[in-house]
Amino acid sequence: MRVGLFIPCYVDQVYPDVGMATVEVLEQQGLEVDFPSAQTCCGQPMANTGCNDDAKPLAVKFMEVFKDYEYVVAPSGSCVAMVRHHYEEFLGGVPGFEELKSKTFELCEFLTDVLKIESLDLSFPHKVGLHQSCHGLRELRMGSASELMSETVNKPKQLLEMVSDLELVDLSRPDECCGFGGTFAVSEEAVSCMMGDDRIADHEESGTSVMTAADMSCLMHLQGLIDRQKKPIHVMHIAQILAGREVTK
Amino acid sequence: MSSTSKKYHPQEAAEFVADNERAHWHDKALWFVRSKRDKAAAAVPEWEALRETASQIKAHMVAKHADFLEQFEEQATKLGAVVHWAKNPEEHNRIVLELLQKHEVKRIVKSKSMLTEECHLNPFLEKNGIEVVDTDLGERIVQLRNEPPSHIVLPAIHIKKGEVGELFHEYLGTEKGADDPDYLTEAARHHLREKFLAADAGITGVNFAIAETGGIVVCTNEGNADLGTSLAKLHIACMGIEKLIPRAQDLSVFTRLLARSATGQPITTYTSHFHGPREGGELHIIMLDNGRSELRQSDDFRRSLSCIRCGACMNTCPVYRRSGGHSYNNTVPGPIGSILGPAMDAEKHSSLPFACSLCGSCSDVCPVKIDLHHQLLKWRGKIAERKLLPWTKRMSMKMASIVLRNTWLFTLMGGIARKVMPLMPRFLVYNRFNDWGKQRDLPAMPKQSFRQQLKKRNDSQKRDS
Repeated sequence: MRVGLFIPCYVDQVYPDVGMATVEVLEQQGLEVDFPSAQTCCGQPMANTGCNDDAKPLAVKFMEVFKDYEYVVAPSGSCVAMVRHHYEEFLGGVPGFEELKSKTFELCEFLTDVLKIESLDLSFPHKVGLHQSCHGLRELRMGSASELMSETVNKPKQLLEMVSDLELVDLSRPDECCGFGGTFAVSEEAVSCMMGDDRIADHEESGTSVMTAADMSCLMHLQGLIDRQKKPIHVMHIAQILAGREVTK
Repeated sequence: MSSTSKKYHPQEAAEFVADNERAHWHDKALWFVRSKRDKAAAAVPEWEALRETASQIKAHMVAKHADFLEQFEEQATKLGAVVHWAKNPEEHNRIVLELLQKHEVKRIVKSKSMLTEECHLNPFLEKNGIEVVDTDLGERIVQLRNEPPSHIVLPAIHIKKGEVGELFHEYLGTEKGADDPDYLTEAARHHLREKFLAADAGITGVNFAIAETGGIVVCTNEGNADLGTSLAKLHIACMGIEKLIPRAQDLSVFTRLLARSATGQPITTYTSHFHGPREGGELHIIMLDNGRSELRQSDDFRRSLSCIRCGACMNTCPVYRRSGGHSYNNTVPGPIGSILGPAMDAEKHSSLPFACSLCGSCSDVCPVKIDLHHQLLKWRGKIAERKLLPWTKRMSMKMASIVLRNTWLFTLMGGIARKVMPLMPRFLVYNRFNDWGKQRDLPAMPKQSFRQQLKKRNDSQKRDS
């Protein structure tokens, strides 16, 4: 099976190892991974700021680059949510768009729902705090949001539970937003940072040694606060844990 | 719009957050309410089915709005109530004043009504020589402080008990320094009892108006609506035209959802039904439009008319909890207020749809399943279309789009940033224009991008094979 890999623009430029780890995780499953180099960004920063005219060409570009793949996989719930739920206004009615939506997956859900993997030959002897990135959780339904009274399997958690010696910590607010929110992080800087600090405090109190998430954007914001305050929590994207990376700081 | 002028959400929020201890106290108080709501909702096995049913009933009501309005007016009139129609707050307030003047009313008691806040009824009546006393405890507190409610269900949630003690000492003569909630509540009770007895008319809000029966339903926890309308002969009920439900049997769906969503109670302490005026009395129902009909015409925002004003979206909103209701400068704050506000005045409230991290918690907590965070996103597009975005946002997004449309330019710019950033002294990177860097470090810049690393790896794999 050949999959088209979408790597979020800022991950490509700033977090290359998250991309490499994603490639390795997929290859370990026997897949052929193709990274079409024309890709850039899904357009979410512009769309979330209301600048739809600026976002549309990027949606068109995404479709052009990825339309011929059997599957499209990205290590980001947020970018995939953009494609699946918010491209409608740019690409609605365009031939191939419905197909694009149905074949584009976030990494964790691709592993659990498409590849249906049941075990991983990995050990990660650390106390891990899973940050539930909102778009993965509430747009892609990669787990049940705490507001809902219906049960859905939590896909990132399901994968982490397959890793030996990994201990998942219990947070007091299991799915509160970290406060990144794209341009919100800058335009509402005060609230954004307070939200991030509160998440970090919850992880500290719960004994998190390694904080992970399926979205690097949340982690970029949280790590920025952690680094500034020189806190001892390590930050890793879930793909890095699943690729067997050691904890680095 | 200037991004630095006051009255926009980010500046107001930053002021609230600056008092870190208080902001955390506020966050925890509301999170406590959200947690109570979770427990109450979890105790109802059919919770999600109830939400879906409520959502459909409201959608049906909005779809056939005119029919239900007519039916309600007809039925309410048959019961002996008088139905008045108000296009805007001015008309609404004029109708209230005329009724009061006709009955030579000098003092009124009012139970909780966000609609009269929307119309700024209190200052209008006071200007016309009528004493208005809010009888909901929280509303009385904010009224004495001369400020608007900061929450639609918990109007004084931003005020600590010590501050209530000081306020009551000044206005109600309670002991100085007393902050025992029972003592203060008792004092308010005595104070309000006098007001109830002296009032010539009672004004209430409306939670539900039943088209089929012409009855109205008011939900309170303090019984103040009942007392206010039982003592005086004149009852004026003020409602938005979206408060209709089609049938009496639909009511239970909403009463089961309302209190659980609002405060985690199984039901409000009082659910008062008014089917026509009481004997010897008069019941006037004022139906306010004020932009609601326009909202109904909009495919994007129609569903916001389903709102039953439970406040659950405020309690769950991580931004509201940390910025306080007053930071929104709108009668209704929080997620739903950030949709309704711009519908009234897009320019004044242009920052509200952005006072949101798009986490989606509001949409999942909403008992009538309003797609709040998607409507907020829609509003952002409308704000941009109407050229109400700050130029910094507009320009940065335009530039980013140009760069990202051209892969070569994107990789070139990324490469330059990765090379230059590590060479820059810290004080240059973390300058006062860098809002990201005020409290956060930027990520360490890697030498190579992902695409460079992957190419390198693939090339070496090819060589090896």
